[in-house]
Amino acid sequence: MTQQKTLFDKLWDAHVVKQSEGHPDVLYIDRHFIHEVTSPQAFDGLRKRGIGVFNVNRTTATADHNVPTLDQHLPIKEALSRHQVETLRKNCAEFGVTLYDLGHPYQGIVHIIGPELGLTLPGMTIVCGDSHTSTHGAFGNIAFGIGTSEVEQVLATQCILQYRPKTMKIEINGKLGKGVVAKDIILYIISKISASGATGYFVEYAGEAIRSLSMEARMTICNMSIEMGARGGLIAPDQTTFDYIKGRKFAPQGETFDRLESQWRHLKSDEGAKYDVVLTYDAADIAPMITYGTNPGMGIKVSDRIPTVEELKDISEQTSFKKSLDYMGLEPGSQLLGKNVDYVFIGSCTNARIEDLRMVADIVKGKKKAEGVEVWVVPGSKQVEEQARQEGLDKVFEEAGFQLRQPGCSACLGMNEDKIPAGKYCISTSNRNFEGRQGPKSRTFLASPLSAAAAAITGKVTDVREIV
Amino acid sequence: MSKEKFTTLKSSAIPLPIENIDTDQIIPARFLKATTREGFGENLFRDWRYESDNTPKADFVLNNPTYSGKILVAGKNFGCGSSREHAAWSIYDAGLRVVISSFFADIFKNNALNNALLPVQVSDEFLKKIFAAIEKDPKATITVDLTNQKVSLEDGSSESFDINAYKKTCLANGYDDIDYLISLRDEIKHFELAH
Repeated sequence: MTQQKTLFDKLWDAHVVKQSEGHPDVLYIDRHFIHEVTSPQAFDGLRKRGIGVFNVNRTTATADHNVPTLDQHLPIKEALSRHQVETLRKNCAEFGVTLYDLGHPYQGIVHIIGPELGLTLPGMTIVCGDSHTSTHGAFGNIAFGIGTSEVEQVLATQCILQYRPKTMKIEINGKLGKGVVAKDIILYIISKISASGATGYFVEYAGEAIRSLSMEARMTICNMSIEMGARGGLIAPDQTTFDYIKGRKFAPQGETFDRLESQWRHLKSDEGAKYDVVLTYDAADIAPMITYGTNPGMGIKVSDRIPTVEELKDISEQTSFKKSLDYMGLEPGSQLLGKNVDYVFIGSCTNARIEDLRMVADIVKGKKKAEGVEVWVVPGSKQVEEQARQEGLDKVFEEAGFQLRQPGCSACLGMNEDKIPAGKYCISTSNRNFEGRQGPKSRTFLASPLSAAAAAITGKVTDVREIV
Repeated sequence: MSKEKFTTLKSSAIPLPIENIDTDQIIPARFLKATTREGFGENLFRDWRYESDNTPKADFVLNNPTYSGKILVAGKNFGCGSSREHAAWSIYDAGLRVVISSFFADIFKNNALNNALLPVQVSDEFLKKIFAAIEKDPKATITVDLTNQKVSLEDGSSESFDINAYKKTCLANGYDDIDYLISLRDEIKHFELAH
């Protein structure tokens, strides 16, 4: 009898070029995405070695991390950012890599454009010099973030040296309640297992609540796998996946699509396959979530209190906990509900797809943002931006007093001008609430697009269930 | 391309007893705009090390002349968050060669190993012991012996650490992963054709 295997193990095994005792596996990479920040040193490495890109058809580039989100038709003002984007242009031209540059109709956040262009497919191995590469796992593939030395490995050989991680299955059973969306599921999981709870593991998400999600919502879940330390996270593909892919620009077409689709249908873990860890949660226990601290594991249900030092699960973390609340200007044991916010950021590879923008528009339609609150909506890609305009969402945002900007990573990491000022509170649909992440001394509350939209209207941390 | 070789390091250490230090703290995003690997050391822990007007914060350990050395000792889950290799580059560029913690984030660990920076994972108990030893004597020497995979303190106490055989060989000889992969290009071509 053949051994039952997890989907992760099947995909890994299918991509091993060479396996030898004491060595990491040589893993073949089907799809490689690059951007301006983590690729220049890798191209330099190729130049120093006098070699080219192993297979240019498998690498796609875009400019996202460091680009302005206003006036993208003008040259980038900031000299270092401009140089970095120009370096990407030069490198892509020299090595023959396809680039979706600023102004191109396919430009956008790397993890948003891959899926929307049909470059991300089930069964693949996908890497990018960005930790949120785990996003692509929503299609049933092995996708993970890598460092620049590894970007160079992939450019040079289409392979990477990797040790096989352990496997973890996270099952969410039952149905989600009102006002609870994908972002809440993943913030809930991370709050349960901590920011390091899945380090060393590759996660498979399963269960009824996951199956019921759209592809975009699944991407939100897989996106934040890294925030609990996981190497990546995947969801076995199903009809929802195939319907999403069909007809996309670079997806296989016609008979090729049909043939691949029938193969993709077999991409699932065998009945009885063994995982190193299995965690099970009930969707009914998940509420709209919000973070109060400086790592994504520091999350609570929006109606709960911040824990006290005594209530900490891990007492060894009390120094960090106090440091964190001090940074956030919050008291242990206090409520976040009703806390004033200064900024609302709707964007990032976690939540800047069209469904996210629709979710926000549904809440704010016919309403105005609260006095004194600044609201930025940064679409994930040119295509999302265009779609939003076609659907008239731009008008909804304009009437509400929101700023609809141009695509990029923006205030998720504040590499460009989009920074939250020191001491200000921002409710953000992004993925990280680290100290200074959104700008020096900025304070971030991570939440869903629904919760962010609700806060934009009320000017306070709000339980969205009272609005929807 | 060969890197610095690592066998044994004897050095005093810099203590940073904070958990979950993410790579945004190690090197904030706004300093990732360079297109080379050098010079990131001056912005290592930038926002913990300097005020917004660039004056050094006297209470941060890297600004405290009492502490020095080539070893950084930090709380668990060091290097979580962003995959930026700039984090490993900035630590190395600042003259550090070893980071000791009770737990490392995966991507950081890979990035460190690819840059001749040795991540040494010890038990929570031994980490406490190291912090205590430094607190008692900031000049206390820690010995990191890669050959025997052992980290020891002046009082003779020691703990062994794990490192996979391949990475150990690479560090000890200054080998590079890419050289190894490039040597396999024909094999990879065959695989690609059949894939």
